[in-house]
Parts: sequence; structure tokens; C-alpha cells
Amino acid sequence: MTTMSEKIMKINTAGVYYRDLNARLRDAIADGATKIELRNVHGQRYIGTDLDKPVEIEISGTPGNDLGAFMNGPRIIVHGSAQDGCGNTMNEGEIIVHGRAGDTVGLSARGGKIYIRDDVGYRAGIHMKEYKGKKPVIVIGGTAQDFLGEYMAGGTIILLGMNLKKGQGHLSRYVGTGMHGGVIYVRGSIPKHHLGREVGVAKPNEKDKAVIKEHVTVFSRLFGFSADDILKGNFIKLYPRWLRPYGRLYAY
Amino acid sequence: MKNLIEINNTYNDDKVIDACSLFGAMDRSGRRFSGEGVIKAIANMHDRGNGLGGGFAAYGLYPEHADNYALHVMYLSIKNKLETEEFLRDRFNVVWQEEVPSRRTAAIKNPPLVWRYFVDAPQSLPENQSADDYVVEQVMEINTGDNDSFVFSSGKNMAVFKGVGYPEEIAEYFKLEQYKAYIWTAHGRFPTNTAAWWGGAHPFSILDWTVVHNGEISSYGINRRYLEQFGYKCTMQTDTEVIAYAVDLLMRKHNLPIEIAARVLAAPFWDEIERMPKKEQNLMRTIRQTYGSLLLNGPFAVVIAHNGEMIGLTDRIRLRPLTVGEKGDMLYLSSEESAIRLISPDLDNAWSPMGGEPVIGKLKPGAELQSESREAAALH
Repeated sequence: MTTMSEKIMKINTAGVYYRDLNARLRDAIADGATKIELRNVHGQRYIGTDLDKPVEIEISGTPGNDLGAFMNGPRIIVHGSAQDGCGNTMNEGEIIVHGRAGDTVGLSARGGKIYIRDDVGYRAGIHMKEYKGKKPVIVIGGTAQDFLGEYMAGGTIILLGMNLKKGQGHLSRYVGTGMHGGVIYVRGSIPKHHLGREVGVAKPNEKDKAVIKEHVTVFSRLFGFSADDILKGNFIKLYPRWLRPYGRLYAY
Repeated sequence: MKNLIEINNTYNDDKVIDACSLFGAMDRSGRRFSGEGVIKAIANMHDRGNGLGGGFAAYGLYPEHADNYALHVMYLSIKNKLETEEFLRDRFNVVWQEEVPSRRTAAIKNPPLVWRYFVDAPQSLPENQSADDYVVEQVMEINTGDNDSFVFSSGKNMAVFKGVGYPEEIAEYFKLEQYKAYIWTAHGRFPTNTAAWWGGAHPFSILDWTVVHNGEISSYGINRRYLEQFGYKCTMQTDTEVIAYAVDLLMRKHNLPIEIAARVLAAPFWDEIERMPKKEQNLMRTIRQTYGSLLLNGPFAVVIAHNGEMIGLTDRIRLRPLTVGEKGDMLYLSSEESAIRLISPDLDNAWSPMGGEPVIGKLKPGAELQSESREAAALH
């Protein structure tokens, strides 16, 4: 008899419709699976949605949009790229992408951690939030396209820029537009005119440095980088200048 | 059969909002390949559409008629067909005509008649009118005439196949797995604002220019009125139509390269222009001032194609997705990366372009299009 701690399930997902796949994942977890391997994934949406056990889901292929949406606990590892909406409104758990991710990574996330090895698309961390002990974290190894941290309300984004050439600034424009909570740490430079007007710039203090070190250490272990090398880089801290930037917009 | 006169939206502006699937594949060496892979890729994004429109454009399709305009015309009745054929014989030298081959399928209900005509424009045209201009004029006349005939495509060595259904169903109906082309573009539609009809499916085209589009062109009214001044008439009841005419005007008539045309359609913001070097600044200001009415407002991702070139472009703040994949000479454009990797798992490269920055696939210098074509000949 297999024990709970070693119950592994393998699914070849070629040609499997996303609803059927997600139903099978729910059944597998109800059945006590602790590790699930999905092979030949080709765009099936919402993988991991709704799951609330600390199960590990390992994906080869390209998972579809809204990977891990509303997820509450599992750890998803993708050997490939993630598409749009990765970690949408996730509550707890981890998504680790050995590749790039599309637009709106971690949109409205309210907990959990997302690690993307390479670049992310537009609007990463849009409207991320936090409450008491629940603080979502996104660590991005490469650079981000526009509107990073748009309307950000909480949580932490760390942008490492490891694939930028010497002297090259980050791509993202309109960074932190509408930001009113949370914090963004950027390794490398962002031209001032790329920042939203709601964003303040500071040097990380000791507390910030500890936070950066904690997450960079995990990131480096996951993808086989040297944390020391990454931490040697120059970090800046982006923070919201106001908690209610539009408080007076519709009131007089 | 649908009565087209009764189709309209509540805003009465002949516009449809959609959020669709796009796919494009090009072999930049000019090698022609079967539509099978592209059909598989667009079918993988089935859920982005809702079965109310699917279509394909293919280039390098008719090498045996490469110098004739290939008119693909949809008819809603035999009577329409007879009238329009009389018109075609009057205006063109019709070299060859045939029904576009199709197979009966359960999915496709009430298909219209679709025929293709390989034609030459008359030798003697007014001095200021090119053969292309002449063809555009005739296409507009057919599309706006009171008989229900609509031209799906009118370029050389290319065709548009489209209709009401999921794209994979349209492909099956038109037997697209039997054709070979060096550029394929494909579209699955999700119309939300008017009833679907065969002419409203993507791609939209004029001459060999085709556009597949995901998004909503909120500047449709302004764009349309501007294009009407140049003789383009919008008859397909869908916003995307203006993009096809805009690229024909900018790139064929006004001879602008795609790098400049892209700045017309997705112009840099004024504050960005102010930070550019003086020379570039002047150019951008001139473009925005000259072609302000062709700025496309609203969310879009498009794949534009014509003979020899395939282009991907999104709006300036990328409100619709576009992923690029490369494998050797192959260039792929897609709404989703998974669709590309399904047919080409080991890409050299995959990325998403910045909003407003065109991704341009051109035939390599010296690329020779195959002239023989047993496959296409067998269809006759």
C-alpha cells in the first residue's frame, strides 16, 4: 500500500480538454495524491484552480491562461512558459516557472509566491493585495513589460533584470501607475519617466534588504543561480506615495 | 439564408466587438507547407472563439495562376451569382472560374455559394489608375451593390476562406489541409455585438492584404470616414474591415514601409515623442498630423499579411496578447504560446513584442516561391 507521502500520479494531457483535466486533478487530490506530473500540456486553462492541498504539480509543456487561479496551497512547477493570468487571485501556494510568463502575472493575488525565471509581459502584479499575514510575492528573473505593479494594493514584487545588458534599463514603462500599497524592488535601473506618478523611489533600508535576501535566496535555489551574485547588484525600492491616490478624484 | 439588411447592432454603427484567437505561420524561405499545422494550432485555441466565425488566409496558393487576380466571391443565391458573373465578364478578362471545393460537414449549416475567378484587369486603363486600383474599385462596386455578393479576397496567388463556424470546421469545409502556402493566417471569432454572418468572419481583405484581429476598434467611425474619402467602402459590418483598407492605403497607395505604417496605426504617445531625438520627433509629429484619422484606438492584436510579408502588431498598451515564436525560417504569431509549441515544440525563440512595435516577417532575399504545384492543380 502506498502511503500518503509518496502517492504520485502521472497524466498525459495530450488532447485532454481543460475541464476534464481539472476534474481529474480534483479527484486525484481527493484520492490523496501528493504529487502529480502533467506531461504534454498544451494550453489547458486554470490548471490547479480551486485546489486547496499542499500537493506538488509538475508540468511539462505550456499550461494555458490563468494557471493556478484561485489556488489555495499547491506548488506548481512549470518546465516551459506560462501564459496570461498566471496566479490570478491565488490565495496560497507557489508557482515556479522555468521560462517566461505572459501578461498579468499574479493579478489580484492575495497570497502565495510566484517565481518566474525569465521575462514577464504587461501588467505583472496588477492589483495585488495583502491583508495581515497574507502577502503575495512575485520574483521575476528577467525584465517586465509595461504597467508593472499597476494599481498595486499590497504584496511584494522583485524584479531582477538578470538578462539585461550592461547599462540597459528595464523595459517597463508606467511602473506602479495607480500604486497605493505594497512594494516593488528593482535590481538595475528604470528611467524616471518610466515610473507612474504615484510612485516614490528610495534606497532599500535594512528591513528591505532582509526581505530581498530572503526571496532572492529562494529564487536562486529554485533556478540554480548564485544568490550572492544577484544580491551584489544595485536595488532600488519603489513605494506608493499615497494610500489613496484618487481619494479626491470624484469628491469635492 | 440570413437577410443581411436586418443585421445590425443597437448602436446602429455596423460595428462588432470581439475577443478572438489569432494565428500566423510563415516560412521565410518561401517553402510552401500544408495548412494542417495551422489548423491544429488555431483549433487549440477553440475556447477563445464561440463558433460564430472562423477563417484563413493563405499565400503562394495558386502558382499556376500567379499573375491573375484571384477573386473569391460569396453568393447568397444563384441569381446573385449570375448577375455578378455578368459583371465580372464585363469588367475583367476571366481566365478560369470554378466553385471553391468544399465538403459536406455536420458543423457547417446553410453555407453560401463560394466561387473563385482568376481574372486579368483590362489592358487600357485611365492613366492615373493602376490595375490594383481598378480591382479595388470593382470589389467595392460588388460589395456595395444591391445584390448579395461579397468579395472575400481579390489578390494574386492568395485566398481568404472564411465563414460561420469554428476555424477548424471552416478548414474542414473548405478542405484546407489539401492546400500549400508559405504564409497562413487564421482566426477564431467571438463576436458579441451583432449576429454573425459569413462576410463578417475574419480575415478581412482587399487585394492581397489581409487582417485577422482580436480586439475592438473604437475609432472605427473616424477611420471609416477617412477611408471613404479614398474610395474604400465598409460593407462587412465589422470594425476590422477598416484595418485592411488602412494598410492598403498606407502601404500600397502611399508606399509607406511597415515600420512607418505601424506608427500610424499605433502611434507613440505625445510624451514619448517629446523625448525622441529631434529628427525622429519631426517624423513622428508629421505622421500623427498627416494620418491622425487612421490611428487605431481601442484594444487590438492583429496579424496583417500580403504577398511576401507577415506582420504582427498590438495596440500601444497591449490590451490584447500576441506571442512570437521562431524556428529556423519559420515565424509564428499567436494569441497563445501553447498553440505555437503544439506544432513546433522546440522553438529557437519565443517572446511577446512591446505594444505598438511591429513584428515583421519578410521573405529572405533570394527566396524563390515554388512555381510547380501538383497539389493545387489537382483541385481543378
